[in-house]
Amino acid sequence: MHRDHPEVFPERYAHSSAAVGPDGRRRALRIGLGGPVGSGKTATVAALCRSLRDRLAIGVVTNDIYTREDAEFLLRNAVLPPERIVGVETGACPHTAIRDDISANLEAVEDLEEAVGPLDLVLVESGGDNLTATFSKGLVDAQIFVIDVAGGDDIPRKGGPGVTTADLLVVNKTDLAPHVGADLDRMARDAAAQRGALPVVFTSVARGDGIAPVAAWIGERLAAWTA
Amino acid sequence: MTVTSTARIGAVRDRSGGTALPVLAGAGALALRRTRASRGGEARVTVVGAMSAPLGGDRLRIDVDVAAGARLTVDSAAATVSLPDHEGRPAFYDVRLTVGEGAELRWLPEPVIAAGGSDLRMTTRVRLAAGARLVLREELVLGRHGEAPGHLTTRLTVDHDGRTLLDQALAFGPGAAPGWDGPAVLGGHRTLGQLLLVPPPDLPADLDLPPLSSLTPLAAGPALLLTSTAPRPAFTSTAAALAR
Amino acid sequence: MTTTAEAAQAAGSGAGALSALLLLSDGRFPAGGHAHSGGAEAAVADGRIRDAAGLADFCRGRLHTTGLVAAALAAATTAGLDPLVLDDAADARTPSLALRTVSRRLGRQLMRAARATWPGADLDALAAARPRGAHQPVVLGVTARAAGLRPLDAAHAAAYESAAGPATAAVRLLSLDPFHAAAVLARLAPQIDTTARAAAEAAGRALTHGPTALPAASAPLLDIGAEHHAAWPVRLFAS
Repeated sequence: MHRDHPEVFPERYAHSSAAVGPDGRRRALRIGLGGPVGSGKTATVAALCRSLRDRLAIGVVTNDIYTREDAEFLLRNAVLPPERIVGVETGACPHTAIRDDISANLEAVEDLEEAVGPLDLVLVESGGDNLTATFSKGLVDAQIFVIDVAGGDDIPRKGGPGVTTADLLVVNKTDLAPHVGADLDRMARDAAAQRGALPVVFTSVARGDGIAPVAAWIGERLAAWTA
Repeated sequence: MTVTSTARIGAVRDRSGGTALPVLAGAGALALRRTRASRGGEARVTVVGAMSAPLGGDRLRIDVDVAAGARLTVDSAAATVSLPDHEGRPAFYDVRLTVGEGAELRWLPEPVIAAGGSDLRMTTRVRLAAGARLVLREELVLGRHGEAPGHLTTRLTVDHDGRTLLDQALAFGPGAAPGWDGPAVLGGHRTLGQLLLVPPPDLPADLDLPPLSSLTPLAAGPALLLTSTAPRPAFTSTAAALAR
Repeated sequence: MTTTAEAAQAAGSGAGALSALLLLSDGRFPAGGHAHSGGAEAAVADGRIRDAAGLADFCRGRLHTTGLVAAALAAATTAGLDPLVLDDAADARTPSLALRTVSRRLGRQLMRAARATWPGADLDALAAARPRGAHQPVVLGVTARAAGLRPLDAAHAAAYESAAGPATAAVRLLSLDPFHAAAVLARLAPQIDTTARAAAEAAGRALTHGPTALPAASAPLLDIGAEHHAAWPVRLFAS
């Protein structure tokens, strides 16, 4: 036997993300969270974990530009047991790891599920990137794009694949709008123009129950996934 | 003149629990002396004198067989200096080490120094039975003090209980593959020290790994390998602490 | 007859083989390579690579040591030697635990891509035998076979990647001029070809003499650097 890897795991890694594994079990719902640096992706993940962890078995995969900083933020804040949070190195190209070559993230998601048992929900957080970064459908089932009002109220107007196509757009830190002179109505109009019927949430995820609308949206996706 | 010599050492466990040396045969350039052992139940052999001159064209070989239960240390009185041959021929130095069940071999020669213009091809083949113990030190030095390196190639193969623990070839100096002194292989360093321990020892609590060194388990059996391009004193003191 | 078809025929490979080789060797092939620097991140950090000249020296050394070994293992696998025997041979030739771990992880990632791209029984069998991942060159060899390539092609892919991986990473790590990095690879091309041929010849010898006939060239600073890098708390690349 190989001393480096004495464990015996079931054979897998044949397909990207088949909903039902070879054992007939439905895998966890995978939700990607992307968005620019500082918009509150990690805060959103932390708030989601706190809000949902009593009801759901959750795992988190982070893709920080520097290996493990986001993972360590989550660990420090004890939103989940450490074995449920893993970091993936991205070779300084976080968008590549979630879109063009998803193999390391798929490994991480599958390793998580194998290591800690069946999960209901896996959150895959991208490294802070630009407005063009989106997740491959081979990696996640749905994606959330997080922007914030302090990043400029013209971001929805500028569009880009994240703003335009994400299954949910979260406009974060609305409490800062008066301080940074952001026009929330304008952001809402622009977002609607870019996204058509796709949902948008205006909130401050780190304040009070600000995560509730995002958690509710995930609840709906999960209900549809397991139906 | 070409010299071909095979020295042989055979160690067996004697009735009193010590180690006897029924075979102790130096040959040509390789002279062997039984020297005083420092560990209980052990025999010690020191390779002396003439070993420090594999000239181009020489073929040196040493065969060591440590039978089940015996304990042997082999060291050397001086460094092995590979010297140039005026005809530019390579020298060959082959080491064959066999260690039986429950036996122990401590192979602790002084460094091999590749003098400028020399060309030495070394092979070391180790066969370990299950339960055999090995401490193997190998130090390579490129060039004598202030001298350009000679050409030195080594291949170290270690089998343990029928599986290959380590198969490693090194090639340094003029004539080696390009990049040997570059940042992936040896950089500007002129020494390489390795210490192989089967099985791995309990690591000393105060173990201080020198810079430019790594300590890593091998895949196919219970073994630990120290590799260091640090200056010799740092390597030898760490090696001594591990091989205690 | 098209040029591609001529080249493929000259190479003795099947239809589409040349393009399959290009696909397999493309840095955009989704097999995980983009997150690995081939030791360049550690070398940049301790000042062993500072510029294009240092990168060229690094790539040259890696090509002729671990690159040659990877190429020979890949070629021997494509030539039909038992992949599990070669997987053990790769273990013996990789003293660094960090590098063995990386090689198996990349092997598993390549396996995923290969089974989706060139599905076949040989890939399935290796995946079942090494669920945690076989060594990357071994998976590469089985993949090349599944793609209709020859041992020399597999050797080429491995040898090329051994230099191209660090070159791509150095562009990101040092903000190196990408044209200079490409030029480094272009100048290495003759040595990459020579290395691939030597690897394929060794693979041919291994068919009759077993894996001991395969090269075992080692690069101490790659081993040492990889062990140090694996212990860093913060890094850009996985290796």
